[in-house]
Amino acid sequence: MKRRVVVTGMGVVAPNGHGLDVFAQALREGRSGIRHIPELAALNFGCQVGGVPEGFDAIRQRYFDHEKLLSLNDNIGYASVAAVDAWTDAGFAVPEAEDDRVDWETGVIAGSGIGGMDTIARTVVPMVNEGKVRRMGSRIVEQVMNSGTSARVAGLLALGNQVTSNSSACSTGNEAVIEAVARIRLGLATRMLAGGSEGASPYIWAGFDAMRVICRKFNDRPEEASRPMSATAAGFVPGAGGAFLLLEELGSVRSRGARIYAEVLGGMVNCGGHRMGGTITAPNPEGVKRCIRGAVADAGISPREIDAINGHLTATYADPIEVKNWSAALERGPEDFPWINSTKSMIGHCLGAAGAIECVAVVLQLRDGFVHPSLNCGDLHPEIAPYERRIPHSAVACPDLKVVAKAGFGFGDVNSCLIFRKWEP
Amino acid sequence: MSEEQITKKIIDILRGYVKDSALLEKATPKTHILKDLRVNSARLVDIIIKCEDVFGTMIDDDEADRIATIGDAVLLIQQKAA
Repeated sequence: MKRRVVVTGMGVVAPNGHGLDVFAQALREGRSGIRHIPELAALNFGCQVGGVPEGFDAIRQRYFDHEKLLSLNDNIGYASVAAVDAWTDAGFAVPEAEDDRVDWETGVIAGSGIGGMDTIARTVVPMVNEGKVRRMGSRIVEQVMNSGTSARVAGLLALGNQVTSNSSACSTGNEAVIEAVARIRLGLATRMLAGGSEGASPYIWAGFDAMRVICRKFNDRPEEASRPMSATAAGFVPGAGGAFLLLEELGSVRSRGARIYAEVLGGMVNCGGHRMGGTITAPNPEGVKRCIRGAVADAGISPREIDAINGHLTATYADPIEVKNWSAALERGPEDFPWINSTKSMIGHCLGAAGAIECVAVVLQLRDGFVHPSLNCGDLHPEIAPYERRIPHSAVACPDLKVVAKAGFGFGDVNSCLIFRKWEP
Repeated sequence: MSEEQITKKIIDILRGYVKDSALLEKATPKTHILKDLRVNSARLVDIIIKCEDVFGTMIDDDEADRIATIGDAVLLIQQKAA
């Protein structure tokens, strides 16, 4: 029998709120975190809006001393604050730096999509080009190495199990959770912090702007720019932030008497192989459906038990295809489709952080019994219109919300799907 | 600049790199920067850069390698100024 894995702590730094209760309230109210970004306008970006956590410099200064702050670029900063929040939310104390004990039973998987690009662009490239390598100092590698986030979190919390950083584009955050669950199920760890983060930087977003896949048509109306499932969806809105879930083996939780938010019933990752319509940038629909079905099978439930879907749904041409894939994979047509919403309608697409932030959104909806609104889709895409009844435009109270599916689909034709169930003792 | 002034400036520089600033309260010329102040060894390069900026000098790798204690740093700065 599989070891059961539950969520006992969460932390989130999102464009529309830092902290669980603030974020939950923002979700419930449909509060957008999308704003005009003057730097993008100054740099002649087509897209001049984005979702960036507000007031983060003040937030991180409350958490970390001067010495640590020097090593925290935005990507690692978002991850560090969210990880500490998840850790303390689960009832653990942040150890003192002088405390030499290591928690060998807990590890961390902390992903990002593009990572320390701001440090590379603003420090490494100019200083190298000016011949000033010797004056870069000691803090570059730890901020640009792909494992910079997991390494920092492990040091903050003295974690001694597996510490690694994954990367699978927009699927990264979900994948971290799925990998962490697998490790706990295998009996190789008791607890894992799993999540993702992504910095806020024009250098991260530039490539997407050049591809014209981010929204260029709503620069004068930032809060309307992220339009998943809309007929006038015009590309995704770039976002930034970080989130972590503390995943824990059920027996361990019971022995320490900790609160449980939800159980991770199952998960699945795969790749469409860039075939059957899949490419480096587009999903193979067969891969998507296999991933969803795989997660449902791993969860050991019937597709009919799914009450709501938190989609990938970024506001591109792929949204109608995604909804069709869900319908086919679950064998549920418009007449009995689950609720479906897009957290990205409020926060944009936070890339490597997206899955993690949106998993937190899922668990908060389970905790509080509601389905959050999906903004800016009053004009549904015609192919999605048959599902209109199941797309909330304002928060829907759902005290019976029990099972929610969360998916992410990323560049590279990679897919991830998770099934969460509300914890009912 | 007097030896006392140089020492004070070096202690101010070190303040940004010690986890426990109380350790600097009883610092002497013999205080070892890594062993006594428990500064992360990777940060020595940052301390050297800061010294270069504060004292308006260049410290090459061989000179930097000679710094183990606060007194070593003070002596080097005095020699550079002479």
